[in-house]
Parts: sequence; C-alpha cells; structure tokens
Amino acid sequence: MTDVDSRGISELTTEPEITTSALSRRPGDAVVGSSVPHESAALHVTGHALYTDDLVARSTHVLHAHPVQAPHAHARVTRLEVGPAYDVAGVVRVLTAADVPGINDSGIKHDEPLFPSEVSYVGHAVCWVLGETLEAARRGAAAVEVDYEELPALLTVEEAIEAGSFQGAQPTMARGDAAAGLARATHVFEGVTAMSGQEHFYLETHCSLAMVDEAGQVFVQSSTQHPTETQEIVAHVLGVPSHAVTVQCLRMGGGFGGKEMQPHGLAAVAALGATLTGRPVRLRLSRQQDMTMTGKRHGYHATWKVGFDDEGRFTALETTLTADGGWSLDLSEPVLSRALCHVDNAYWVPDVLAHGRIARTHKTSQTAFRGFGGPQGMLVIEDVIGRCAPVLGLDPAEVRRRNFYVDGQATPYGQVVRHPERLVAAWEQVTDSADLDARRAAIAEWNTAHPHTKRGLAITPVKFGISFNFTTFNQGGALVHVYKDGSVLINHGGTEMGQGLHTKMLQVAATALGLPLERIRLAPTRTDKVPNTSATAASAGADLNGGAIKDACEQILARLQPVRAAHPDLSWDELVAKAYHQRVQLWAAGFYKTEGLSWDLSTMTGSPFKYFAYGVAAAEVEVDGFTGAYTTRRVDIVHDVGDSLSPLVDLGQIEGGFVQGAGWLTLEDLRWDESDGPGRGRLTTQAASTYKLPSFSEMPREFNVALLERAHEDGVVYGSKAVGEPPLMLAFSVREALRDACAAFGPPGRPVELASPATPEAVYWALDAARSAAEAAR
Amino acid sequence: MAGIVVNGAPRDLAGVPLHTNALDFLRGCGLTGAKEGCAEGECGACSVMVARPAPDGSDATEWTAINSCLVPAAALDGQEVVTSEGLGSPEDLHPVQHEMAMRGGSQCGYCTPGFVCSMAAEYYRSGRAATNGTGPRHDDGMHGDNGFDLHAISGNLCRCTGYRPIKDAAFALTSPASDDALAARRSVPAPAPAATQLHDGEAAYVRPATLAEALQLLRDHSDGDRAATVVAGSTDWGVDVNLKGARAGLVLGVDRLPELRGFSVGDDEIRIGAALTLTEVERRLESPSGSRLPLLAALMPQFASPLIRNAATLGGNLGTGSPIGDAPPVLLALEASVVLASTEGERTVALADYFTGYRESVRRPDELITEVVVPLPAAEVTAFHKIAKRAFDDISSVAVAFALDVADGVVRKARIGLGGVAATPIRALEVEAALEGRPWTQETVDAAAEVLGRAGTPISDQRASADYRAAMLGQSLRKLFAEVTS
Repeated sequence: MTDVDSRGISELTTEPEITTSALSRRPGDAVVGSSVPHESAALHVTGHALYTDDLVARSTHVLHAHPVQAPHAHARVTRLEVGPAYDVAGVVRVLTAADVPGINDSGIKHDEPLFPSEVSYVGHAVCWVLGETLEAARRGAAAVEVDYEELPALLTVEEAIEAGSFQGAQPTMARGDAAAGLARATHVFEGVTAMSGQEHFYLETHCSLAMVDEAGQVFVQSSTQHPTETQEIVAHVLGVPSHAVTVQCLRMGGGFGGKEMQPHGLAAVAALGATLTGRPVRLRLSRQQDMTMTGKRHGYHATWKVGFDDEGRFTALETTLTADGGWSLDLSEPVLSRALCHVDNAYWVPDVLAHGRIARTHKTSQTAFRGFGGPQGMLVIEDVIGRCAPVLGLDPAEVRRRNFYVDGQATPYGQVVRHPERLVAAWEQVTDSADLDARRAAIAEWNTAHPHTKRGLAITPVKFGISFNFTTFNQGGALVHVYKDGSVLINHGGTEMGQGLHTKMLQVAATALGLPLERIRLAPTRTDKVPNTSATAASAGADLNGGAIKDACEQILARLQPVRAAHPDLSWDELVAKAYHQRVQLWAAGFYKTEGLSWDLSTMTGSPFKYFAYGVAAAEVEVDGFTGAYTTRRVDIVHDVGDSLSPLVDLGQIEGGFVQGAGWLTLEDLRWDESDGPGRGRLTTQAASTYKLPSFSEMPREFNVALLERAHEDGVVYGSKAVGEPPLMLAFSVREALRDACAAFGPPGRPVELASPATPEAVYWALDAARSAAEAAR
Repeated sequence: MAGIVVNGAPRDLAGVPLHTNALDFLRGCGLTGAKEGCAEGECGACSVMVARPAPDGSDATEWTAINSCLVPAAALDGQEVVTSEGLGSPEDLHPVQHEMAMRGGSQCGYCTPGFVCSMAAEYYRSGRAATNGTGPRHDDGMHGDNGFDLHAISGNLCRCTGYRPIKDAAFALTSPASDDALAARRSVPAPAPAATQLHDGEAAYVRPATLAEALQLLRDHSDGDRAATVVAGSTDWGVDVNLKGARAGLVLGVDRLPELRGFSVGDDEIRIGAALTLTEVERRLESPSGSRLPLLAALMPQFASPLIRNAATLGGNLGTGSPIGDAPPVLLALEASVVLASTEGERTVALADYFTGYRESVRRPDELITEVVVPLPAAEVTAFHKIAKRAFDDISSVAVAFALDVADGVVRKARIGLGGVAATPIRALEVEAALEGRPWTQETVDAAAEVLGRAGTPISDQRASADYRAAMLGQSLRKLFAEVTS
C-alpha cells in the first residue's frame, strides 16, 4: 500500500536538522514519514468498519431512546405527564429527572441540567422515552404531555449585549498602550465584524450504546472525542465512581470538535436507561435532533479600532470580541481564550487591548469546532486588513506581508514567535509557484474585458498555536503490549474520527520498535486501557499520544536490551520469546507531557503553545455579477506540518480543513428564527436540505498543496507538527478573493464589506454596492 | 414470497413494518455498510445499487445508485440490490474500493460506502468507457479521461476530504474486467416489476400490475384517512416518513406501470411518462429524436442529484405541487400539459391551470398523473436559471425558466415560468406581455426585468431574503440577454 500520491508528496527527504531532543530524532529506517493509506481504509470502503450504531444490529434486546424536545426557546416546565407514553405499545420506560441517582447535570460547569425544569432553547430535551423499537419510542415521546410557561428569550448576540446577558469570565488581553498606539497612527479605522457559527455536520450523528456489564459495571460505547470526560459525566449522573464506568469509542464518523463535550449527556441518558431497565439502550440522534440539540461553532461579534502608520504597519488594535455562547458555558471560555490568542494571526501589533466576553443566548450551547476560537479571532484581523487596505492605497497582500512577525517579536500574550521565517518561506513559495504576479495582471485584464463577471485573487497566512491553552490537558497516555509471538498491540488515549491519528500512531510504534507496520495492531480507545485522558482535540492528538507510545515502546526496548546484547542475532520474534522466558515484562504504559508551557489565565499571559504551525494559501475566484454565484478556480497552499509523520494523512487534513473552512466562510448558513412569532428560537436550517455543506461544486478546479520543506520541529515526536486545525484557516484566502472580485465591480480604493458567510446572496449585495458606487462615480 | 436479493442472497420482507425504509431494512439484516447521514436523500451515505432497466429504454440492465433511506423496503420487492459489502471484501477490494482506499478517499469512512456505491454505478454505466480518451472532451473539471462523470457522485457529501482524492479515485478507474459478474449482469434484463401486496397489520404497500388496478385502488382509497399515498421514486414521501413521522394506511407504488413509463416523440408533441425517472427522461432527451427540448435537458443536471434523479419522476414533482419544485417553471415555460387518469377516463389539463394553491392542484384524489405532454416545436431562446446557495444538489430559492421566440430582432413569443416566488409555480404573464412584440434589445430587457422583479410575492426565509429573490428575478432576464447576445 504505497505509491498513492499523485502530486509528489511521497517519502520525505529529511535534511539533517538540529535536533536537541531524543523525541524528535528520526531514525534512518523510520516508518513515520511514509505515505500510507488510512489504517481502516479497506474497512471503510467495504462497509466493514464499525461505528457505534452499527453495533445495534449485533446486539440483542436493545431499547431505543427518543427525546421529548421543547418547542420554546425559553420556558419553565409547569407540568410533565409521562403516563400517556406508557399507553403506547412498545414503550418500556420514560426517563425523567426523578430517575437520576447522582447529579442531574451533563456539563463540567454545572450549568447543564440533563433533565431540565427550565428549557433554554428550542429542541432542549425535557425527558427521554425508551421503546422496543425507535418507532415505539418516537410515538411514546409524542404522547408525553408537557406544559410550559414561556419566558423571554434572547436570540442574537446584539440582543444579549443590549440586555447585558453574559456568562463566564470576561478576560482582557493587553500589551503596551493601545490608546497611545492609536494616537500615533496616521490612519485610524473602526468597524464591526460579525461572523456566523458553523454546524459540524459530522456525517455520523451522535450515538451511544450503553449496557450493564458484570457486577453492575456500566459499559458505554460512544461516538466521543473525550472518552474520559464521557466516563466522568456518566459516573456522576449515575452517582458511581469512575471505575464503575467504562467508555469505548471504536471510531467516529467525523468529530471536528462536536464530539468533545456534546456526547456526555447523551451517553449518560443511555447509561441511566440501561441501569434502570437492565437492557442495552441505544441513543442515536437523527440529523434533525443532532442539529437542534447539540452545540456548534460560536458565532462572534467584534468591534474594533485599528491604527496604521504611513506604510501600512499596525500601530495598535483595540477590540472587543463577543462570543455567542448559547444557553450554557460548555467550552465557551477556552474557545474565547484561543480567539483572543489568535486575534493577531501572523501580525506584529505593538499595542493591543482585546476584551472578550460570552453572550448567553437561548440557543444550543456552542462548543468546540476545529480551530476552537482561533478562526474567529483571526477572521477579525483579516477582515480589518481586507477592509482597510484599499483605503490605505495598498494591496492587501502587501499589508499582510509587511506586518508579519519577525524574529524576536512576541505575541500580545507574551510568547516569543519562533521560526517566523518559515511563514515567509511559505509565503514566497506560494507567490512563486502560483505565479501570483502574472495572474494578478491577467485577472485585471480579464476583468476589464468582462463587465458581468469578475475574478479575484488573494493570499493569506496562518499562524496557529499548538497545545491546549490550559497546560494541564497537555498530557497523553498509551499502553503497548508485546505478545509472546512478537505481535504488538497498542492502545492510546486518543480517538479516531477520520483525522488519521491511529494511522500515525501505528507508524510511530513501528518506528520506535523498528518493526514493519503489519506486526502492530491498534485496539479501540477505552477508558479501562488508558485512564485520565485529554480530549482528542487542539490538533494535539499525535503530539501527545505519539509521545506516550514512543515512551512505552522505548521502555520495552530498554528491558529487551540485555537480552538483545546477549543474543545479537535473534529475530524480533525469537528475541521476544527469549525475553518472556527470562521473565522480562513485555508491556508498558507510556506517558508524555508537553514541556515548557505556561499560561496565566488571570493575566492572559504566558507561553501556552509548544510551537506555531504556519501555512499560506492563495485563492482565485470568479463571481457572476448577475447573481453573486461564484466558483473557486484555483487554490495553492504551502503548509507547515514539520517533518510529516504520514504525508497522505497530512495532505488529507490540509485539503479537508481548507474546504471545511471555505464552507464556514462562504456557504454554511446557520439561521434561527429571530422573529417574535411562535417559532422564535427555532433553528430554521436543521437539515441537510437547508444547511448546505460544500459538495463537489465547491471543490477548487485546480488545487495544489505542498508541505513546507525544512520544517523539522525540535522537541516534538519525530520532528512533526500538528495538522488537524490550522489548515481550516487557510480558507480566509477564499473570502478575501471574493472581496477582491466584488471590489472589481466598483471604483478603485473603495473598501468592500462582506458578510460572513459570504453566500452568493451576501456576495451579490457586496458587489451590487460596489457596482452602484461605480455608477454613481460616473 | 416477497423479498429482495441483496448481494446475491435472498432476504425475506415478511414481518418488516411497511414504513421501514430500505436502509433500515438492510442495516437490520446486519448489512451496516450503508449509513444514515440525513434521512432525506441529501447526503448519499445510504447509497446502494439497484438493478434497473437501462435508462435509454433498451433491454439491458443498469446498476443504478439510489438513496436507500427514501425508498420503502417493500418497494424493492423482487429487485436486486448491491451494497458496499457486496462489491468486495477487505481482502479482495473491488476496483472502486481499491482506488478510494489507496488514494486517501476515506478519512472518517462514514460516507465512504455510499460514495463507493455511487461511484461503482458510474463505473458500470454502459457507454462510460466509450468516451475513454476518444469521446467528447469536457473542460469543466467534472469529467475524467476515463469517461467518468463526477456529477454521478455529486449527491454524496463528504465532510472530511475536500473531495480531491475522491475525484482522483474516480478518474483513475479503468473498465470492468472481463470476468466481472456485475458487469456481465448488465446484459440481462433487470427484474420485471413485481406486483406487490404487503400488509403489516397497520398499513399496506401495493404495487399494482396494471393501470386499471391502480386506478381502481385509487378510487376506493380517495378520501380521508383511507386515502392512498401514491409513490413512484418516493423521494418526497420518504422524507415525510423519515423526518415528519408521516404514516400512510395504503402506499400505492406506480413506479413500474408500463402506461406511465412511455416516451414518444411526435411531430407536434413529446409525451413523457409520469413514472419515468428523471434520469430516464434525461437519457431519452439525449437521443436524436428526443433532443428537441433543450430547456428540459438544461433542467435535468440542476435537478437535485443523480441519486434523486435515479428515482424521482416528473409525475411526482407535479403531484406534490411544491412551489419550489424545479420542473414546473420549465414545464410552464414549455406550455406543457398533464394527463390525469381515473376510472372515469382521462383528461388533459394545461399546467398553467393545474396549480390552485400551496401544494394544491386540480387533480382529484382519485386521479393519477400518467403523462406530461410538451408541444413542439419548442422555443429557440431558452434558459433555466436556478438560484441557490450551492451549485449542486440544492433547493432553489428562485427558479426562472425562459422560452422565447425571437425573429428579426423582435420577441415574437415569450413564456416565462417562475418557482419560489408564490404559493404555486406561476407564469410571469406581465413580463411576457412586456417582451412580446418588442425589439430584443437591452432597453426592452431592462424594462421587462423591472416588471419581472415585481413578479409574485417572494418571502424571506433561510434560503434567501425577499429582496434577493426579487433582485434575482430581474437579473435572470438580464443574464439571459447578456449570454445570448455576447
């Protein structure tokens, strides 16, 4: 299974790098670095790969759970009558707050009642019905009678700001004197940037299958990115210690952050049902339920005031970011921290004052989503540049380039930006390989000749910090077994959601042990194999778990070393057998923690990131002046993954992240009913028919992706870098290219404001305004 | 005994509740490769292949990909289905599976079995290989040198890959091997339509053998709670069942009635069977005799996705009476009529007189749409403009169909159909009047576009604002003029 790549990313030739750490040193015969297909690819394509809901057909006596969802955005439950549900054939049990033996809460902030007495968004589950079939449970849920006393509801961030409805901390990040910075600027602009959220739309909706095992142990199979936290919340709902609950995740049909916090309550409902009935309980959300019940990417609202000097260099930035948190805190605070830590993107801003706050609105509780606030923070400064550059009389690309960090400079929170020259290298490589100068000229000519259609081109950078902001989470665990026959089984704390983590971990183990991939098998993630794990999130899965696997493998190799020294000619299998007979321990638990991190939440300062991942993208679009419809003609990306652990996996992450980002910025359009009518608070885009993901029609016609060379990362497993999130933000290039194309309908020097998402309608209004300005100037 | 042949093995339908869709049926059999991603035919994760008559009307079989989540399991009675499990095994991958696996075409893998089935159907499409390097070149990025048309998998959504590796996998496919059993299967006719009668105690699924029988059933079940639900491809009804919990006492399958599956081209009209799938209509319109309706041909690629078009019918699109169906604007512009049959006989109704209100029409509950009749010759200047967020497989916020006769620089006749701007699809009569008899100039177009911009009563919803809808009406005429005069 080699020779898979059509675009020349195959075996990486790693130039000798200055590696000071054993962790990043890569042996000559490394299995990491080779392009291998996803470890489950053959199972995926044949339909043999099992997801949580596929286990139902392989289980017996399973009960199915269906929610009773509230029709109001905010209301008190005044009467809950479950009796009629029991009259429905096939209904076995209705679960309510009275059934909870432990704590009736599914969050980590104790603000998410599992069975609420007050509903806080349309679709909030009041109780759950268990039936012999899903049809019976559905009919039973429809028979449950609930009376509500409606309460006032806040839907938009603006409404929440007006009402002073906030939740959680309101941190401020500051450096220098922003007022003085603005005072010394020659150009000062201010504005508002608003952006919508994004539905994860993992193809596999949330699913849990719970059963009571031997001696009361609860076993929950769940589509969760965070098995440990799922375990903890199931345990506290059931009122049992964590050791009484085991959570397993075979794999997920996509996660993207949407399964970091959101699975817990659902798993707890299934587990509660299983303990009360003694039967397995399956809770799988329909798409509509998933979209109306679970959290999404936060929409953000930002006010900003920015100063530039004569040469287009930032002097200062003052901004207030307001996240649309939805009804509960969930992960909104750490998301906000990351947004504040990325409002600089790749740019040196001498004086900064950035406030953050979280609006409490009556919507789903917004949560982690690939990028975790980073995209929202970065969008602000990219929007600032896109809007201000024309007024400065500068090419936005020039403004971006002039403001790049240089060696020795630090972020507003005080972390020195290491390797800023890598961003420059990526920028220059894209500029050259994509032939940007010539294409800009060609586009200008083309636009002159085409009154009804315009093309636009933009290049944008990404700098993204890797590690959890919260230092504690930066630890990983693994369990490696070498069996007597020489075969190896590995477990680690990370979950597989398609990102190729397991593929990389197999390659890490094979490299560490010096074995071919075929000798190693990876077993599904379980809390009874590796405990106390962090979420598979923050792009850090490979860094953390790779370090832990390598540690475990090296412990075993160290124990084998005396046997090897005595028997230098033995094969691996013979060596293992010999070691067993000499009573050598052939398994090990590995551990890794990221060194050198610091973060002070109270001052919003420190060095929370192990390193920064860099990338640059250039996009060209064509916009129809009649409709605002557009196509992406070409995209060129150079992205920094360090020394790639698995080039095919990394390429997939870059391309997929980019397209997902482009979806957020241009197409995916979450809409809630904000009217005062009876549907107020209802998500009106609650299905695939109304919420449109990128499809083949959004794929760039020409898509060139290269991995940045000479990108070895010292002190990270085999010199690699994280890749899950950063490429999503390469999609800013598409948004800025659309802005560029819209501008071409108008007079020079006129700033273009573009809504986010830049749907065809939004693009139409932007270009129509530009066109009107051109006509007025005539 | 009623049953389905799945991956070569018979599967009994006895005891299966009749609202069960084919996806849940297959998964209940342990064939969990096909997945539910949306339950409304939008994502393709449930795609499977069914042996169907070749859409060009020949005796051959074509492996046809459909959304198994929309079709009742009962409707597949007597048919042959192939799932991802039936194409190959992890140890012995099918060529489509091999290319998808090796090229990074799967990440999370959840959409993958559906992609594989849609891709395999295109792999086996007769005539695909004929374009191999020698056929017409398409410079649209959507056609491979191997004849593979990416539109075939445009009804499948992937959230992980960004599609590039899936495209590469599709374009790397060669032709089926000489010993490929599924390829060989194509030369034998597809299973004959099964006359099906299934009851589960609450409901019945009946697929009558003859039109007379169907009309009789319809008459006997034409009112109130006993009213029959008529389905062909079930692409609308399936959504109601899955998402809205709709249940019918009697589902009447008309998809295989020969009287509803004709296609004939006369001197002055084309008659299209109401139960031909849109793919069948599309393929027949490509034939020399059928190529006289370019406007209808232009509609087809923009109508939903191939997975839907492989099941959906014109009769269904008109029967549901949706104001945002894409066929009615086109058929209105073409001045089409529908033939309504009942036990009392037939009547032909002009489509312009057919719609009476939101999802309402002049069709009586005991009547069945049997044919759509389009007069010939069709207008020369035609266009179908569908305004949507996404280019492929989206529901239009506004749809405009133009059929104009322009001679000697003067608009002789104008017919314009609109969707999405009123409770029913409508003709833009005032705009037609503003064009007819006037010179075909920018001035005329601008004046008519102003009128068009005021047509109907567009609303604001999650798809578009009322202002944008109104703007798009006027812009559609300006765009048409710019395109035909440039």
